[in-house]
Amino acid sequence: METKDKVEVEEERMKGEIVIPGETIVSGSEYLPGDYTIREDDDIVAVRFGLATITGRLVKVIPLSGVYMPRKGNSVIGKVIDITFNGWIIDICSPYLAFLPISEVTKYINKNDLTEFLDIGDMIVANVLAVKHRGVDLTLKGRGLGKLEDGMIIRINSHKVPRVIGRGGSMINLIKKETLCSIIVGQNGLVWIKGKNIESELLAKESIMFIVEKSFIEGLTEKVHEFLRKKLKRD
Amino acid sequence: MSYTKRIDGRKFDETREIKTKVGVVPRADGSALFSFGDSVAIAAVYGPKPLHPQHLQNPEKGILRVNYDMLSFSVAERKKPGPSRRSSEISKVIEWALSPVLQLETFPNTVVDVFVHIIQADASTRCAAINAVAMALAHAGIPMTELVTAVSVGKIDKTLVVDVIKEEEDYREGEGSTDIPIAFTARSNKVSLLQLDGKIRPNELKEAIKLGERVCKKIYHEQKKALKSLGRKI
Repeated sequence: METKDKVEVEEERMKGEIVIPGETIVSGSEYLPGDYTIREDDDIVAVRFGLATITGRLVKVIPLSGVYMPRKGNSVIGKVIDITFNGWIIDICSPYLAFLPISEVTKYINKNDLTEFLDIGDMIVANVLAVKHRGVDLTLKGRGLGKLEDGMIIRINSHKVPRVIGRGGSMINLIKKETLCSIIVGQNGLVWIKGKNIESELLAKESIMFIVEKSFIEGLTEKVHEFLRKKLKRD
Repeated sequence: MSYTKRIDGRKFDETREIKTKVGVVPRADGSALFSFGDSVAIAAVYGPKPLHPQHLQNPEKGILRVNYDMLSFSVAERKKPGPSRRSSEISKVIEWALSPVLQLETFPNTVVDVFVHIIQADASTRCAAINAVAMALAHAGIPMTELVTAVSVGKIDKTLVVDVIKEEEDYREGEGSTDIPIAFTARSNKVSLLQLDGKIRPNELKEAIKLGERVCKKIYHEQKKALKSLGRKI
């Protein structure tokens, strides 16, 4: 799930400064307003609460809080909340509901009874196929996508997801290795954890919450390693 | 005798102690606490989220829905819980004060739900509520061009004062008391709320607005500080 894009964001964060809506980030006609910024005369003004970064001439704000906005290609975890004649309505914790059409499921589906595959309340991992004018389309075509059985689901701030995954997946792989749990982190902030027993699942949950709380600290992977070692020794 | 000294000993252009905190409701998408002395407001923001019933949706932009209420124990005489004429009016007024700065065009057919509760009241609650809501909306990551800051200016007898308390509101001697809640947008310095309860001369009103503008600058500083200190932790 980790992409090169996110690693870059991680690096830029170091340079960032916290800005609030209406605050001037920089002045000068040479700068260009990027994401969540506008130009007012010579000033580049933030329109969202977050970290301001300047890369070359481009100024943008990286949001720190707020609801998840789906983007094409994101893998998300969602819950089936309704069934229509040609697909499922999925809640992915974003401003809009998502739709999963039958055609985007690789398995054979009995059109007379969609509940055979997914019933209301079931959880799935899916990819965002398209974000259209109104609504989001999902797909289950792809590796590792499909219905989630057993395990538990926790919810975290979607802006902390890159931190939980870590550079090249280092952080999440560490937790997987130490707790022996399967973990799927959706870009929308839902995390699915499944282990051999409740104890290991709870430990994985605790370490993810640890990362979320301490996400502003540098060298976090090492701290998490220490945290896990301590916990495992005690148990 | 005219009103030459304030009941609580403050200067005429001095607000009560201001307390701010962002992120007081962990389950909400954004939240904030703002207090002027004994008037305490808590705001929680949820959304943008799908809006139902569908006929309320606006296909051009998201809508803001504010719900203001005072808790029953916030005042000495128990307040009957539930919506009232007063709370509906204030909810609407807060919506109008904040709407001009929000940029909800990117979220058509959605709603941003805001709940403001006054947990302790000592006049100027709508101003405290507006300040709290502005911070909570920013915390919720709602795109907005600037923050909004509000303060109440009062004319007690013939004196202009800032951040009115209950005792001043109930002042009956001389010309009595006039309460003027004012909200300013922080960057462009435009008035987004102006209400008036009482009597005032035109030139005094102009003066009152100027006084409000000056004090709002100081309050804005507090809002900014609270948001920035939270930002360092996330």
